[in-house]
Amino acid sequence: MIDSIRGRSLLSLDELSKEAIVEILDMAESFVEVNRRSIKKVPALKGRVVASLFFEESTRTRLSFETAAKRLSADVLSLAVASSSVKKGESLRDTIATIDALGIDAVVLRHRSSGAALQVSRYVPHVRVINGGDGLHQHPTQGLLDAFTIRQILAERTGTSGLESGTAHFEGLRILIVGDIRHSRVARSDIAAYATLGAHVRVAAPGTLLPEDIATWPVTVATDFDDALAWADVVCLLRLQSERGSGTFVPSLSEFRFTHGLTVARARTLRPETLIMHPGPMNRGVEIDSRVVDSSACVVERQVSNGVPIRMAVLYLTVAGSHEGVQL
Amino acid sequence: MSDIVLRQGLVVGESASNLGDVLIVDGRIAEVGPSIDAPSGATEIDARDCWIGPGFVDLHTHLREPGREAAEDIDSGARAGALGGYTALVAMPNTEPALDNVAMVGYVLERGARSALDIAVAGAITQGRRGELLAPMAEMAALGVRLFTDDGVGVQDPSMMRRALTYAKPLGVRLAQHCEDELLAASGTMNESSFSSHLGLVGRPALAEELMVLRDIELVRLTGAPLHFLHLSTERSVALVAAARGEGLPVTCEVAPHHFTLDESACATYDSVFKVHPPLRTAGDVAALRAALRAGVVDAVATDHAPHAPELKDLAFDEAPAGMLGLEHAASLTAEALGGQADPQRFFQLLSRGPAFIAQLRHGDARVRHSGHGGALARGEDANIVVFDPGVTWTVDRHELASKSRNTPYDGRTMHGRVRATIAKGHLVVSDGILT
Repeated sequence: MIDSIRGRSLLSLDELSKEAIVEILDMAESFVEVNRRSIKKVPALKGRVVASLFFEESTRTRLSFETAAKRLSADVLSLAVASSSVKKGESLRDTIATIDALGIDAVVLRHRSSGAALQVSRYVPHVRVINGGDGLHQHPTQGLLDAFTIRQILAERTGTSGLESGTAHFEGLRILIVGDIRHSRVARSDIAAYATLGAHVRVAAPGTLLPEDIATWPVTVATDFDDALAWADVVCLLRLQSERGSGTFVPSLSEFRFTHGLTVARARTLRPETLIMHPGPMNRGVEIDSRVVDSSACVVERQVSNGVPIRMAVLYLTVAGSHEGVQL
Repeated sequence: MSDIVLRQGLVVGESASNLGDVLIVDGRIAEVGPSIDAPSGATEIDARDCWIGPGFVDLHTHLREPGREAAEDIDSGARAGALGGYTALVAMPNTEPALDNVAMVGYVLERGARSALDIAVAGAITQGRRGELLAPMAEMAALGVRLFTDDGVGVQDPSMMRRALTYAKPLGVRLAQHCEDELLAASGTMNESSFSSHLGLVGRPALAEELMVLRDIELVRLTGAPLHFLHLSTERSVALVAAARGEGLPVTCEVAPHHFTLDESACATYDSVFKVHPPLRTAGDVAALRAALRAGVVDAVATDHAPHAPELKDLAFDEAPAGMLGLEHAASLTAEALGGQADPQRFFQLLSRGPAFIAQLRHGDARVRHSGHGGALARGEDANIVVFDPGVTWTVDRHELASKSRNTPYDGRTMHGRVRATIAKGHLVVSDGILT
């Protein structure tokens, strides 16, 4: 277990202790304040170079990371490689070596292959690697920003700050994750974060979209989706990953909506205080009805906004590391 | 061809082992005895503390020529084999283009004849290894091909596999199957288990292999044609084949060193050097395969030596090609698996006599252009001999391999036992563990 990501790479939430996660969430609280200023910039990473390397399509994650890096005054090298490294005829190792030769402190990597971030951290051990999503494996900053969002909203309701509340709001919190668990890196990171922070996690999905080894995960499996909705304090919906083949795991999108979609009718049965979350991009009308997205219980936009302070915190901790006393 | 005398090793015959000397004259074993007066000028090899046995025969070598000579060619593969104690290799047909006709087979045999070892060929079962139309097996058999396989993939269509077995039976050849149902394997990249799920890698279930083993055992029962099962990787696969043999069916099987030395947990590094098909299985499977080796349930150890150029192995795990090197370490790993008090008879049965029987490369077989392998170390046999020192330990350095490629999963591993000398086609090709 890693007790702090200071000066280290961030590859997976599985390996982080509760202390390491709380440190990131607490650091992000201070960056929320920076983002409210009229001049949203601090010199924390001035002179540092962050490469943003996206081998897979992404809008929000890439923008969020690059915004975070710029608000910390880092220089950003941005490379969006829509086509795979194979098609370009260059190995992952060669691509990284080229970027590294330009002189970088950190690389944010999004890749469609599981394990790509770990491989890169082996190729360039002197560079901090931040996993921006690797295949079906992990999406650590999404897990962190989801946990951060839950803590922030529950703290607001009790009139305290997230910083003061620590992990109190997670003790016994009932979180339901719905949909394509099998193909979801977000589910793997969310579950790691929530379980580590002390929440009860339940999953609901058609049998084909549950991983074969779900019995070994720190979750329970809901037998009845409607009962689980009534049980939940937080409902996290996942994107049906049709681009990863989940399209053939259910008979049709409309049948998925019938069995596991958060329809208007189902949303009406939720308790008023239940939060609805989605990592995006959403398939409106499949895993969630449009009108549910637009309801006040749905905190998707808050998740997107919180992506920036969380990624500022991760960049700051991993890159600045032990350099204390940097002015915020 | 100079005379060679091997001094004071344990000469491992088919049923007994005796301390003594072996004299080789004109490429044949001239004499075996407790102490031989060698002709003057004979090369003397000190074989004290060593096992002297028939040279190893690999049923499963990917030599990559023609088509991917950057990864390996027939010469470099033969040198790697010689260092590993091999005297004959069976070249797999998944080259580019595939070895599915007499012109391609002739090319490899021709090149092989000029290499350090005997190079036999496994021809493709179907044209282009596409599983659709039978390849001209009778023509290839006339050139000396005795083993046919579409290895890399199995013949997926059961009707085509049945037809191939029926066609091959009167030719006196043996088909060999890479057992994995590709539809069930579903483009997976490692064994399906908690490990794969946790790592976010799509799994290849053990059942994908076992279902095809089961299917093909029944096709053997139906057709009566012999079948060899390539690189079995699960406890159940080996048990299925053992049971079929118990019923008298003409089935044989091999296991690969990586499947009895490494388990799926190695994939946690996402280092594609551990990616192989069939995949590394559970620790339980590894233990079961080791037990099967010791119990004599398995007919052969075969390497599935699969060189890949570094730029391909530097891709992400799911994008990198499957396969790892094997020739230079198989004997040491087999000795290790057989245990500290390894039985030399079993050792040579698995690495030499068993595979020579399956490939029809023995002294008595109707061979077309190869010398005899897997012998009893009797007077008059062709000199294909290995001297193996079971007592020495050494460490693998992937930069010191004879193979053109570097994708060994054993870099840095301590090995027990090493080939001291290899005599292939009558020539001393490895001496003191070094290519001559």
